[in-house]
Amino acid sequence: MWAYWLSVPEHWREIPARYRLEGGQCEDCGFKMIPKRDVCPRCGSKNVKTVKLPRRGRVLEYTKVWNPPRGYEYYTPYVIALVELEDGTRLTAQLTDVDPDEVEEGMEVEMVLRKVRVSGESGLIAYAYKFRPLLK
Amino acid sequence: MKPSREVGIVGWGVYVPQWRITSEELARGWGREWKRYAAGIMVEEKSLPGLDEDTFTIAYEASVNALKRARIDPAKIRAVYVGTESKPYAVKTTASILVEALGAGGDARMTTGADYEFACKAGTEAIQTSIGLIGSGMIDYALVVGADTAQGAPGDALEYTASAGGAAFVLGPSSESVAVIKASLSHVTDTPDFWRRQHERYPAHTRSFTGEPAYFKHIMAAAKALMEEVGTTPDDYDYAIFHQPNGKFPLRVGQRLGFTPDKIKPGLITPYIGNTYSGSALVGLSAVLDQAEPGSKILMVSFGSGAGSDAFHIEVTDKVVEVRDLAPKVMDYVNRKRYVDYSTYARYRRMIKMLHDFSSY
Ligand SMILES: [Zn+2]
Repeated sequence: MWAYWLSVPEHWREIPARYRLEGGQCEDCGFKMIPKRDVCPRCGSKNVKTVKLPRRGRVLEYTKVWNPPRGYEYYTPYVIALVELEDGTRLTAQLTDVDPDEVEEGMEVEMVLRKVRVSGESGLIAYAYKFRPLLK
Repeated sequence: MKPSREVGIVGWGVYVPQWRITSEELARGWGREWKRYAAGIMVEEKSLPGLDEDTFTIAYEASVNALKRARIDPAKIRAVYVGTESKPYAVKTTASILVEALGAGGDARMTTGADYEFACKAGTEAIQTSIGLIGSGMIDYALVVGADTAQGAPGDALEYTASAGGAAFVLGPSSESVAVIKASLSHVTDTPDFWRRQHERYPAHTRSFTGEPAYFKHIMAAAKALMEEVGTTPDDYDYAIFHQPNGKFPLRVGQRLGFTPDKIKPGLITPYIGNTYSGSALVGLSAVLDQAEPGSKILMVSFGSGAGSDAFHIEVTDKVVEVRDLAPKVMDYVNRKRYVDYSTYARYRRMIKMLHDFSSY
């Protein structure tokens, strides 16, 4: 059963967000979200369209993870950050290609696609967005 | 071999992980004298993938860079091929994930996609297939990747060179190309120099077949046959790129064919990052496109163990200059580096496992 620790249908459903940073935008109040939801969390409108979010942003807040949930042990310590994208959309994501001690608020970051979780030797490899310090 | 419609490179891009280990540190891990190997392979350090990187993630970033230079809508791509010998899944194509991540084939995903395998020449094979599809008019654009996270067994000679990285190319009609692929041909024989059996983690290789009967024989045969067909001599080329299993072989094979080192060194990247296998010659080609003047003529010959070589005659166009700075260059990635010691290397390459490693990475 360990091959299914990671929900395969759940990963598959979120591919547009995880691979391509596709989120939703409320057509009534303009609020942007990722992943896209059917109802706008700000105004309750059901007019939410799909939008592709910018790949660059900056770190607003972050935390170092020493005691990870199951399946993430190998990465420890790693950094989870609240990132504000160039258009103001906020999301939480893992940072990568960075020493946890070098992370700071305001750090400019860009989206990369990396392995986020792997289910055992025979399960699914879940790829999703992470952010790394801007190249150059 | 020439297609009926001329095909070329519309955009190129590379990716190399930031992690490096020096050859000296690899030797230290096994209590060896590095100096005894140094002159033989001419590789100072090599790249390795981070914990969250694999052939797909390398292929993805290289492809994003290639698309930045190609300046085309990914929806127009109708073929996605990944050449590799380190597929993340034994069964499930890397191309399928790449198609989805890039949006190739448009919203309906009307594209073909496959992974190619021929040891280190898998990527150049995929270029030839794409030349067929575009050259015949079946499609207009293809995306081709050569990428690997190569495996070198602990303590084995290959541990000093097997590295991680890759290159991607958007191929299309020659009228839009930064470099036109004027001709290509291949040479393949059954030569048992190197192989990896199903379920084995590390490859096996034979001392007697490596080198002369494999690398030198195939590259030289393919290079000579191509030059004869096109009607060129080594003097007609500004750059020569050969597969780079180490820093020494490409210079030696070039010398034997009649190419001076100054034509080979601009595309010789293995001394800094190791052998990226399917990425090897293609990262070299990218480094040349990063700097070549319009009008330059390039000879590229890959080599894949088993064994075979693909040779290409490429001519750079004026368009190369305007797209060059649209994505990071080979040397940008080569110079972006962080060193690890042997124990971190062993962990990153998953040679050692945690007691409570539920992820079985
Ligand atoms: Zn709203």
